[in-house]
Amino acid sequence: MSEGLVTVSYIAATILFILALGGLSDQEKARRGNLFGMIGMAIAIVATVSGNQVTGALSYAILVMTMTAGAWVGLQLARRVEMTQMPELVAILHSLVGMAAVLVGYANFMDPGATFSGVEKTIHEVEIYIGILIGAVTFSGSVIAFGKLSGKISGTPVLLPARHWLNLGLLILTIWFGSLFVAGAAEGGGTLPLMLMTLIALAFGVHMVMAIGGADMPVVVSMLNSYSGWAAAATGFMLSNDLLIVVGALVGSSGAILSYIMCRAMNRNFIAVIAGGFGTDTSSSGGGPAAEITGEVVPIDAEGTANLLDAAKEVMIVPGYGMAVAQAQHSVNEITKTLRAKGVTVRFGIHPVAGRMPGHMNVLLAEAKVPYDIVFEMDEINDDFPNVDVSLIIGANDIVNPSAQGDPNSPIAGMPVLEVWKGRTTIVLKRSMASGYAGVGNPLFVKENTRMLFGDAKDSLEAVLKELGNG
Amino acid sequence: MKIGIPKEIHEGEKRVATTPEAAERIQKLGYSVCIEAGAGEAANFSDDAYREAGVEVVDDVKAVWASDIVIKVRAPETHPELAADEIELLNEGGTLISFIWPAQNEELIKRLAEKKVTVLAMDSVPRISRAQKLDALSSMANIAGYRAIVEASQHFGRFFTGQITAAGKIPPAKVMVIGAGVAGLAAIGAAKAMGAIVRAFDTRPEVKEQIESMDAEFLELDFEEGGSGTGGYAKVMSPEFIKAEMDLFARQAMEVDIIVTTALIPGKPAPRLITEGMVESMQDGSVIVDLAAEQGGNCALTEADKVVVRHGVTIIGYTNLPSRLPTQSSQLYATNIRHLLTDMTAQKDGEMVVDFEDEVVRGATVIKEGEITWPPPAPRISVSPPPPAAPAEKAPEPVVEPTKPLLPAPVRAAMPLVLGGLVLFGLGSVAPPSFMAHFTVFVLACFVGYMVIWNVTAALHTPLMSVTNAISSIIVTGALVQISSPGFFITLLSGLAILITSINITGGFAVTRRMLEMFRK
Repeated sequence: MSEGLVTVSYIAATILFILALGGLSDQEKARRGNLFGMIGMAIAIVATVSGNQVTGALSYAILVMTMTAGAWVGLQLARRVEMTQMPELVAILHSLVGMAAVLVGYANFMDPGATFSGVEKTIHEVEIYIGILIGAVTFSGSVIAFGKLSGKISGTPVLLPARHWLNLGLLILTIWFGSLFVAGAAEGGGTLPLMLMTLIALAFGVHMVMAIGGADMPVVVSMLNSYSGWAAAATGFMLSNDLLIVVGALVGSSGAILSYIMCRAMNRNFIAVIAGGFGTDTSSSGGGPAAEITGEVVPIDAEGTANLLDAAKEVMIVPGYGMAVAQAQHSVNEITKTLRAKGVTVRFGIHPVAGRMPGHMNVLLAEAKVPYDIVFEMDEINDDFPNVDVSLIIGANDIVNPSAQGDPNSPIAGMPVLEVWKGRTTIVLKRSMASGYAGVGNPLFVKENTRMLFGDAKDSLEAVLKELGNG
Repeated sequence: MKIGIPKEIHEGEKRVATTPEAAERIQKLGYSVCIEAGAGEAANFSDDAYREAGVEVVDDVKAVWASDIVIKVRAPETHPELAADEIELLNEGGTLISFIWPAQNEELIKRLAEKKVTVLAMDSVPRISRAQKLDALSSMANIAGYRAIVEASQHFGRFFTGQITAAGKIPPAKVMVIGAGVAGLAAIGAAKAMGAIVRAFDTRPEVKEQIESMDAEFLELDFEEGGSGTGGYAKVMSPEFIKAEMDLFARQAMEVDIIVTTALIPGKPAPRLITEGMVESMQDGSVIVDLAAEQGGNCALTEADKVVVRHGVTIIGYTNLPSRLPTQSSQLYATNIRHLLTDMTAQKDGEMVVDFEDEVVRGATVIKEGEITWPPPAPRISVSPPPPAAPAEKAPEPVVEPTKPLLPAPVRAAMPLVLGGLVLFGLGSVAPPSFMAHFTVFVLACFVGYMVIWNVTAALHTPLMSVTNAISSIIVTGALVQISSPGFFITLLSGLAILITSINITGGFAVTRRMLEMFRK
């Protein structure tokens, strides 16, 4: 295949990728978009393989073998993964992109075929260096994120003393090694600084994600998504490959926007998040301690919950990470179906950071076959709460905390929340009175019209469902 | 532990302490339950129904009383058939749960204490929100209020509701309810439901809202004095207030057809609110229902447990109104009892724990193992939740530190633009044209990405991440173009890269497809 044909194929692939992302604006178009993405990928691979850079029977043999094996593993992963484990899967897939960027970078560095000179050579070396750097950070960060999300590593943030200075030191070291590398590479060496830098980058990735707590995982996952894109883009510069640059930039900006949306939903500073290790000072923005929460918690049993739901006309369900943990989405759907059959209007209110990944709740509800046209975003339904008879809060805490609005001294002051307390009755499903990930007390629980249904979300909901069936 | 339910022996008492339904759920707490034969008959619960619920039906009264826990409605009294006091039948060290009225029955308390038993008085459950589900007084008052109107309608010679018929116009009955506690509100509700005009009075101004919420008229006094005591009850009022109040009642008595009085102050005789003069001023055929008859009555002419006609007015002084609706009151009482047992059997192992840390249990317990523990310390109106236990996996709340801006706002807004411009200028001045071509593509692609991604619906953020993940595996082309380069090591690295990106490509697209298939209307 001629150079021109390869380029044209790349343009086609690029357009198909953009269409794939654009399709996600709508659930119905999304399936077609995904198909476009697959076609684009196929075109890109076929064009590259049939281009003049791949030669020799051995190459083709390796190609076929590795791609078949990889595809098989990938399919198995995709088929077996539970929807509640999506964040883990996404994290581990990110680490693969990072790893690939590192490998390609090293391969390119060792490739004697590249002929550059002068400034171009320097730029090329810098590109290799940056590509490997971002790739390594993405790789180790994603592995740690995977460990945290799957519970293999504790979700508690590990904060080293003077970690900001440590990060700064690592950065300076990286730049210094970079200059050593460029100087060394000019004389055909530079392997040692490159290796040392890779180690530093790996350590940095680990350190960055270790310092982030469980509740901030949506930001971390989308941030790593962004990094993996930038790694691809850097590789594209290194190889002078426009397709890689474009796709890398698309993915990078996508991840960055997602991170920004997540930060906004948590009222966090974007820069502080990207820099790693969020501020953990307990001093609050308004000065003075957060208001003490006192009052009486009124428990309710499954029967009472069922009666309230039965008598309601408008029910709003607000799911949180607790629903994912308890795998309660199917019970939620059963209750929804039962109530809808009885003529009750049931809607879902989804906070942007509910769960451990952007859109996590939507995927879980979709898995349980909750129709997506009754699932709404926070901004769409927040004004409707005064008309809601019963709000059912399933394993959510901080995203329904009224002190975010009412108490300027609260650590989560200013974070947008679902205003469930404006509804007539609120039922909170919770395992215990422990506070949420943010460690903030929740005055919602002691409000007069709040009832607490303690226990595992799934067990509780199944009991409620049984009572609904009886009634 | 074994629970025994004896038959109530008080004359005219038709209630029973547990229903088959409640007994079934009590057994789930780990208790075994036995009941005296015929105990539920008067409340329409047959022995067979209890047997079906797994309850042992026992003929021998003494065997029932020998259980570890005895649950009754009325306080113990002399058994007419056995000619023995029920207290004598109690097991030493056992537990009794029933209405006790410790303030009025000091003698009874002393004798129970001598038996070294534990006694929980359902009438002493503190009136706090958490204890509402086991507040038997409220359950019974609710029934009494409803029944008061039913009794009144039976003795009242007219319709409650107003009608205009071919045979003439019928004015609606006018009902005055004094004391808007649980019973009063229930009476208001029942009278309203039957179509009467209802007025209500209470010394506590805060119940005005409750009365009006029942669509009744609140009778106001031109007098400033709050009547709220502790625990949601009324307190004794000043003489001036009482005079103003009596004037109001005297005026109303001439107008209304039915008066329901529910005024009670705990531990005191019932206040006299309706004098003989007021009864005389009422129209013939009017009805007074006195719910305070047991404590001496709110009306001067009330005779406890009797219906009398004085000056043409029927005065009903039944003290057992809840018992006159036995099925309903047994159901509610049994549910109250069940809630109490549930609270006291946290382990569900059939062992009752008298935990004095629990405010509700502390309040209800009048005797603990022979020691009189009544009266309990004053109830707290509300309690703080237990301090939140910090689980290990909890992350401290990240806080964005307030930072003082170093530069004024307009400068800060322009900063990114200026910096970006400088970077571009620096690049353009040193970079070769081949790099700049790629750089142009890169910047434009970022903008395309920015435009496209903002249109992605929030619900599809997870599929977005998995699909971007899949397409970022385009890095495979980087590996592909190098696989044929000379050198074993490069081939190895490229091969590895192809392997893992292939996992990513198929895994990413397949899982995205799987997710998107789920999003259905």
